[in-house]
Amino acid sequence: MAFVELRDVHKHFGRNHVLRGVDLDVELHQVICLIGASGCGKSTLLRCINALEEIDGGVITVDGDRVSGPGIDVDAVRAHVGIVFQSFNLFPHLTALENVALAPRKVRRMSTREATSTARELLARVGLVDKADQYPDHLSGGQQQRVAIIRALAMSPRLLLLDEITSALDPELVAEVLDLVRELATDGMTMVLATHEMNFAREVASKICFMHQGTIHEEGPPEVIFSNPEKERTAGFLARIIAAGRL
Amino acid sequence: MPDSAPAPADGTVRRFGRVRNFRLPAIVATVVFPFTGVVALVHSLRSSRRTAAGDIEGGRLAGARARDWCWYSLGYGLFVYFIGFVVLLFTIRDAALIKVYFDDVMFDGSAWRSLLKGFWINIQVFLWAEVIVLPWALLVAVVRQLPGRACAPIRWVAIAYCDSFRALPAILAIFIINYGFQEARLPLLENLSSKQYAILALVLVYGAYVSEVYRAGIESIHPSQVAAARSLGLSYGQTMRHVVIPPAVRRMTPALMNDFIGLQKDTALLSTIGVLELLSRARFLNNSQATFTGYTMAAMLFFALTIPLTRMVDYLQRRAARVDQAPGDEDDLAIAMPLQPVG
Ligand SMILES: Nc1ncnc2c1ncn2[C@@H]1O[C@H](COP(=O)(O)OP(=O)(O)OP(=O)(O)O)[C@@H](O)[C@H]1O
Ligand SMILES: [Mg+2]
Repeated sequence: MAFVELRDVHKHFGRNHVLRGVDLDVELHQVICLIGASGCGKSTLLRCINALEEIDGGVITVDGDRVSGPGIDVDAVRAHVGIVFQSFNLFPHLTALENVALAPRKVRRMSTREATSTARELLARVGLVDKADQYPDHLSGGQQQRVAIIRALAMSPRLLLLDEITSALDPELVAEVLDLVRELATDGMTMVLATHEMNFAREVASKICFMHQGTIHEEGPPEVIFSNPEKERTAGFLARIIAAGRL
Repeated sequence: MPDSAPAPADGTVRRFGRVRNFRLPAIVATVVFPFTGVVALVHSLRSSRRTAAGDIEGGRLAGARARDWCWYSLGYGLFVYFIGFVVLLFTIRDAALIKVYFDDVMFDGSAWRSLLKGFWINIQVFLWAEVIVLPWALLVAVVRQLPGRACAPIRWVAIAYCDSFRALPAILAIFIINYGFQEARLPLLENLSSKQYAILALVLVYGAYVSEVYRAGIESIHPSQVAAARSLGLSYGQTMRHVVIPPAVRRMTPALMNDFIGLQKDTALLSTIGVLELLSRARFLNNSQATFTGYTMAAMLFFALTIPLTRMVDYLQRRAARVDQAPGDEDDLAIAMPLQPVG
């Protein structure tokens, strides 16, 4: 059994049938990249795995335990499945350090001292220890996104979901965030990321999933998907990406 | 005279638009408020003289000065006329108004003592009311925000409370609660004083207002903040407590203080149910010593209390506006340091 399994997952927003039977396996230490046109349901899929959205059909399991459906302790699920958003969503009234330490203190019931020192270590790892007492307003976009990532890491998640974490960043800030994700991949963090950074996807992914109209239309190792995809639509999508100069 | 620009016969030159000398406003200013209006007129005349002589820049400069002095005439003129009107009001009929509002009682220590004793009651009432309103209104606001179908009935209760008590004039609320509860002799509530009933009424009325302030504050927090907090495993309550409410409170402080200023003034309504607060005592002076000045003194006490507060609200609002657009310091874009292996 795979570490994360999605079986025939469906999700509606009103009459908009967004996910139409998604099947996905994520093995431990794998990095899965979701690619696909805007609006195909990448963000929705990630939010469903994190239980931020309830699904209308199908099953999602993490480490063999069901994380979807009635009676699930969503907070417990989320404490093990981290998500990082495109728009950072740092808490503006808390310093970088407090942002990172909040959830360990309140959810993991760590003492303030322990949570603070852990947070400081994490900030040091991403080279932001001198920004520990700054408020998010006073950090650059790249710095904010790195804080957002370690805020998720502070909960020691078993699975990390990254939703287009670089698309709100200026090009010169993208590298510093991707470097961090690359380090995480090297350390063996299991991750599912939605991205438009095709070169990065090709480099870090164990598996690329091309989403189309609410299903995973084609999946495979990056060498295969990017150089000779089987399906016509995948090829068409990649051709458009190449035409746009993004691959 | 510069030789490059010959003076046209009609005194106007077309370059980048006509030189404007603001003659008409300057004349009006001179008539209405000559002290500064004359200066405007002088500049205006100088502007046309220079323009006629071909000195376009000089003409523009003088025209601009004329315009400035027209604005001065407006601002200072209105000010002087306003002050003049007030002075007139107080001096006509042998300064009748001054005699009414500022008679000897103003220098009567015992009158001041009596009023201050009353004012102390107002202060107690609004302090108690404010201290109780803060958590009460927060509770109401949070209940109104409770999500899901399950909480709908209790949400409706909160909404009904807010709607009805915001529709109720404060004076009516005080009457209803004071006289009604006195009459009904409810257990626990029967031995309260009128002052305490009034505090209860003010809490209920202002609690409805303040809960709206809280609600606006809570709603001003973007849903993505809630998503981020919940995604970290924080419960609904923890999210409210640590992520939503702190920045909401900061944002709504000015509005909250505005409501409190209203509450402080409404403590004067206690005079209608026989509490010996400031206004009652001023009225007592009015009856016993035939003087209106007690009312002036009461007003001065309210000024002393409330005006500093309103200034503070203004200051907080300006500061809040500044903080919202705080400049980020983008100078230090350190590249991520390599990660040590986890664990
Ligand atoms: N909260 C919501 N309520 C209603 N509809 C939604 C909601 N979130 C997403 N949708 C709809 O679901 C569809 C998929 O959206 P989603 O955000 O998952 O796309 P995406 O693949 O992440 O696109 P992008 O690459 O632009 O981020 C869209 O049609 C969108 O309009
Ligand atoms: Mg998306």
